[in-house]
Amino acid sequence: MKFTSLLAGAAMVLGLATGAVAQDKTKVGFVYVGPVGDGGWTYEHDKGRLAVEKEFGDKVETVFVESVPEGPDAERVMTQMALEGADLIFTTSFGYMDPTINVAKKFPNVKFEHATGYKTAPNVSVYSARFYEGRAVQGHIAGKMTESNIIGYIGSYPIPEVIRGINSAYIHAKKVNPDVEFKIIWAYTWFDPAKEADAATVLIEQGADVILQHTDSTAPQAAAQEAGNVITFGQASDMSEYAPKPRVSSIIDNWAPYYIARTQAVMDGSWETVNTWDGIKEGMVEIGEISDAVPADIKEEALAMTAAMAAGEYHPFTGPIKKQDGSDWLAEGETADDGTLAGMNFYVEGLEGEIPQ
Amino acid sequence: MDLGEINPVLLVASLMVAATPLLLAAIGELVVEKAGVLNLGVEGMMIVGAISGFAISVETGSPWLGFIAAAIGGAVLSLLFVLLTQFALANQVASGLALTLFGLGFSALMGQSYVGVKPPSMGDIHIPLLSDIPVIGPILFQHDPILYLGIALVAAVWATLRYTRVGLILRAVGENHDAAHALGYKVIKIRILAILFGGACAGLGGAYISLIRVPQWTEGMTAGVGWIALALVVFASWKPWRALLGAYLFGGITVLQLNLQAAGVAIPVEYLAMSPYIITILVLVILSADKSSAPASLGRTFHASH
Repeated sequence: MKFTSLLAGAAMVLGLATGAVAQDKTKVGFVYVGPVGDGGWTYEHDKGRLAVEKEFGDKVETVFVESVPEGPDAERVMTQMALEGADLIFTTSFGYMDPTINVAKKFPNVKFEHATGYKTAPNVSVYSARFYEGRAVQGHIAGKMTESNIIGYIGSYPIPEVIRGINSAYIHAKKVNPDVEFKIIWAYTWFDPAKEADAATVLIEQGADVILQHTDSTAPQAAAQEAGNVITFGQASDMSEYAPKPRVSSIIDNWAPYYIARTQAVMDGSWETVNTWDGIKEGMVEIGEISDAVPADIKEEALAMTAAMAAGEYHPFTGPIKKQDGSDWLAEGETADDGTLAGMNFYVEGLEGEIPQ
Repeated sequence: MDLGEINPVLLVASLMVAATPLLLAAIGELVVEKAGVLNLGVEGMMIVGAISGFAISVETGSPWLGFIAAAIGGAVLSLLFVLLTQFALANQVASGLALTLFGLGFSALMGQSYVGVKPPSMGDIHIPLLSDIPVIGPILFQHDPILYLGIALVAAVWATLRYTRVGLILRAVGENHDAAHALGYKVIKIRILAILFGGACAGLGGAYISLIRVPQWTEGMTAGVGWIALALVVFASWKPWRALLGAYLFGGITVLQLNLQAAGVAIPVEYLAMSPYIITILVLVILSADKSSAPASLGRTFHASH
C-alpha cells in the first residue's frame, strides 16, 4: 500500500514536471544563501532576478528560495526547483558548488549557473565578478585614511574569492602607507548580523579605524557607526544608508545584465557552458559613490585607479609581488593569470597570520 | 601575535552584551519547559520580538517602548503556539517548528520598510560612584538597563521556582500534569502563562539584538540564537543559574575567539570558531553529572479527560 502510493506520488511529480516543461514560459530559479533583505550579497542577486522579470515580462517566470544553507539542503532545494520545471537555475554562493554539480547530473536538460565557483559541466556554467578590482580601490582609500594604521578585515570563509580580496586590499593599502597592518577575523558565516557586528566591534576595540567586510549584512556598518570615528565600505551592495560615514564607498555587484543575457540564451537555445569572470570594465563590478568623508585628492586617485582598471590599463595584481613566505610570485611588471587568481590560497608578503586550511 | 592588544575590561564588558540575548531567550524557555511544554519556536519569537521592538522604537523614538513592544510581540506569537498545543492539542514539536518558520517569514514582511534605519539609542546606565571604580566599574556598572534586567530575571526565576508556591505548582505541572490536575490545579492555564512568559522573554532577547547589540534591522538577524538557547536549557539541566553561566560562557568564548583571531594568536581558526559550542557543552555536561533530569511531562500533551 505504502509502496504503491509512493510510486503514484513519484509518477505525479514526473507528470507535473513534464507538464511544466511543455509550457512556453521560461522558468528561472534562484537559490540564495541569505535573505533577500540582507542589504548586501543576496539583495543584489535578487535585484538581478527582478531585472530578468522586467526584461522578459510574461515570457519568463522566476522563483527563488532564500536562506538556503550550503550543503545537502541546497541539493534538495535545487532538485525541487528542477522537478518543478525550472529551465535555468542560478545558485548564488560558493558553497553550492558540489550540490550544483550533483543535481546538474540528474537533470541534463536543465541549465545551471553557479556563482563564484570553478567546476563546470555540459549544463553547468560558472560566473563571478572581479571583486578584487573593487578591493584595490578600497585598499587605496583605507591606506590613505587610516590614522591608527590598523585596518580590520572581516572574512567569511577562507576561500579563494575572499583571500583575493584581502590580498588586493592589502597590496594597495601598503603601497600608499607602508606602516599599515591588517587584522583579519574569519567569521565562518556569510550572514549572521550579530556575529558580524561583534567582529567589527572587536576589531575597533583593538585599534582598527577602517573596517573592510566580506560578509553579507550591513551589521558591521552599524557597529562602526555606533563606535564613531571609523570608516567602512559597502560590500556587494551600495549600503548607501550608512553614507557618508561610516560607509565612504562600496563595491556593487551588478548581476542584472548577465542574468538577462543568460535567460535570453536559454530562450534562444543558444545556451552553452561558459566561464564568465567580469570586472569593472564590463560593468559587473561597480564602485559606489565615494562620499565627502574622503578628502578630494584621495577621491581623485581612487577614481583614476577605477578608470585605469575600466580601460584595462591597470591590473591590481601587478608585480613585483612576493608571497607571504618571501618567495617570488610576480616579477616586475608581470600580471597575475586568471588560473592562479581563481585558486588563490596564499597571502602576499607582509600579511600576518595563516590562512585556515 | 600580541595578546596585549586585547583589553580584558572591554572583553568582559562585551561578552556580557553578547550573552544577553541568549540568556533572555533561555530563561524564558526554561520556565516553559519547567511547566512541561517544549516550545521549539524560540527563534521565531525572538525574530518577531526583534522587529516589533525595532519598529516601535523607531516610530516612537523610545527604546523602552520598543522593548515593551518586543515582549508583547513575542508573547502574541506564542499565543499561536498556545492555540495549537493547548487547545487543538497539536504536536508540540511540529507546532514549535511551524512557529519558527512563521516568525521568520512574518518578521521579514513586517520589517520591509525598516531596512537601513537607525534605531534610537538606549544609552548605558552609569551607576554613580560604582561605575567609577577602575576595572570593576566598566565591567559591572556601565551597561544598558536590559542587561541588568536579564540578570534580575534569572534571579527572579530561580527564587520563584525554588521558594514560592507558584514555583512549586509550576514544577508540579511540569513533572506530572495528571497529578497536578487531580489536585485541582489548572494545568492548561498555568501552561499558557508559562508559554506567554517564554514568548515575552524571547521577544526581549530578539529586540536586544536589533536595538542594542547590532543595532539595526536585517531579515533573519537572530541567525540561530534561538536554537542555541534551546540547547542551553537542556545542557543547563533546567537550572537558572547554570543557564546564566552557560550563556556567559558561550557569549564570552564567542567574543574571546574573535579577539584572539584579531590579535593573531597562532591557534587554528577552525578550533577557535568551534570553541564556544564545545566548551559550553563540556562545562555544562560536567556540571550536570548530578543526574538532574528533564521535567517528566516535558512535551506531553495534556487533556483533562485522560
